Amino acid sequence: MIALLLRDLRLAIRSGGGFGLGLAFFLILTVLVPFGVGPESQVLGRIAPGILWVGALLACLLSLDRIFALDYEDGSLDLLATAPLPLEGMTAVKALAHWLTTGLPLTLVAPLLGVLLSLPAPGYQWLLITLAVGTPALSFIGAFGAALTVGLKRGGLLLSLLVLPLYVPTLIFGAETLRRGIEGQATTTPLLLLAGITLGAIAILPFAAAAAIRINIR
Amino acid sequence: MSSLWEYANPKKFMQTSAWMLPGVSIAAGVCLIVGLVWGFFFTPDDFRQGSTVKIIYLHVPSALMAINAWLMMLVASLIWIVRRHHVSALAARAAAPVGLVMTLIALLTGAIWGQPMWGTYWAWDPRLTSFLILFLFYLGYIALWAAIDNPDTAADLTGVLCLVGSIFALLSRYAVNFWNQGLHQGASLSLDKEENISNVFFFPLLICILGFVLLFVALVLLRTRTEIRSRRLKALLARERLGA
Amino acid sequence: MMPELGKYATEVLSAYAVSLIILVLFVLASLWRARRVRNELRKVEERKVQNG
Repeated sequence: MIALLLRDLRLAIRSGGGFGLGLAFFLILTVLVPFGVGPESQVLGRIAPGILWVGALLACLLSLDRIFALDYEDGSLDLLATAPLPLEGMTAVKALAHWLTTGLPLTLVAPLLGVLLSLPAPGYQWLLITLAVGTPALSFIGAFGAALTVGLKRGGLLLSLLVLPLYVPTLIFGAETLRRGIEGQATTTPLLLLAGITLGAIAILPFAAAAAIRINIR
Repeated sequence: MSSLWEYANPKKFMQTSAWMLPGVSIAAGVCLIVGLVWGFFFTPDDFRQGSTVKIIYLHVPSALMAINAWLMMLVASLIWIVRRHHVSALAARAAAPVGLVMTLIALLTGAIWGQPMWGTYWAWDPRLTSFLILFLFYLGYIALWAAIDNPDTAADLTGVLCLVGSIFALLSRYAVNFWNQGLHQGASLSLDKEENISNVFFFPLLICILGFVLLFVALVLLRTRTEIRSRRLKALLARERLGA
Repeated sequence: MMPELGKYATEVLSAYAVSLIILVLFVLASLWRARRVRNELRKVEERKVQNG
C-alpha cells in the first residue's frame, strides 16, 4: 500500500503533469482575475474567498483524469486489480496520492495567492483550514469520477460534467466557512459539515470507485 | 400475473406495454388538456400574482416530475444492480431524457414567472439552484450512457453514478438551503390546510399533475420499448456481421 | 373566449408556449425514434428469416 503510494507520488512528480499543472492553473487564475475585475482592493477582498475556492476546485479537476488513465493504458490497472491489495484500498491510495500532489500544494500556496487578491487579514488561517479540510473530498470525489470514465478514450469533458455537480456541496461549505471566518461570524457549523463531507467521501467513495473499476476492466 | 418480476422479461414487457401504452397516452392527453384548459381559461387571477398564477399548472407538475423521474431512475438502477433485469436498466435510461425535459420546463416556466414577480429571471434561490444542479446530474447521466459502447458496462456504471449522484443531490439540496435563504414560497401542496392554496386553483392543478404523471409513464414506456428494440437491433446486426 | 390576462399576458402566454413547444417536440422526437427503430428492426428480422 505504501509502496503504491510512493510509486504514484514519484510518477506524478517525475512526469511533471498533475503536480505543476494544477498549481500553474491556480496561479494563472488568481493573476488574471484582477485584470478582469479591476484593481480595487475592496472588491478583490470581497470576492477573494470565492475565487480562491473555485480556483482550487478547478485546478483539482484538471488533473483528475490522470488518476487511473495512465495505469489503465499500460495495463498496470489490471495487475493492481489482481494484486492481494483490495481494489478499495487501491482507489483510496490513488485518491490520497492525488491529494498529496494537488490538494496539499494548492492549500500551501493559497495564502500567497491570497495576498495577490488582497484577502482580508483574518482570512489566511481560515483559507488554510478550509482548503486543508475540503480538498481531500475533492480528490476522493474526483477519483470516483475518474473511475467511472477510465475506459473512455475522450473521457475528460465527460469527467468534468460528472464531477462538477458532485463538487457543489464541498464548494458551498468550504467557501461559506471562509467567508464567515473573514467576517468574524460563527464558523463551526459549516466547518463541521465540510469535514463531514470529506470524511463521508473518504469512507464511501473508494468502494464506489472500486466497483466502477471492476466494471470497467472486466 | 404471478409476480412483478415477470415484467423483467423483455418479451413479457413488450406485450404488456403494447397493451398499456395507448390507454395511458390517451389518459395523459385527456388529463393534460382538461387540466390546462380548466386552469388557463376558467380559474380566476390571484389577487397578488395576477394572471401569472396560471403558470403554476405547468411549473408545479413539471417540477414534481423532474424529481420523481430521478427517484424512478434510482429505483430502476437499484433493481438492475441487485437483480440484473435488463428492462430495468433500459427503463432508467429511457426516463433520464424525460426527467431532463421536465427539469428544463420547470426552470423555464419558473424564470418566466420570476421576472414579473421577483423582478428577475434568475436568482440564486435554493430551489432554483437545486434544479440547476439536478439538470447537470441528468446531463451527466445521459452523457455517460451515450459514451459507453458495451450496454451492460454502461448500465452498471450509470447505475453506480445514479446511486452516488442521489446522495450528492440530497447533500446539495441541504447545502444550497444553508448557503442562501430563498425567495421561494413554501410548499403549494401539502396536507397542512393553512399552507395549502385555495380550492379554485387546487383541482385543476391536481388534474395537471395527474396528466404529467401519466405523460411521464407513457413516455417512459414508449422509450423503454424503443431501447429494447434498439438493443435487439444492435445484437442482430452484430450477429449478421459475424455470420457474413 | 380568451381570458383577460391583464398586464402579465406576455409572461403567461410565453410560459405556456415554451412549455408546450418543448413537450410536443420531445414527444414527437420520441415517437419518431420509436418508429425508426421499429422499422429497422423489422427489416433486419425479415432478412434473418429469409436467410434462415
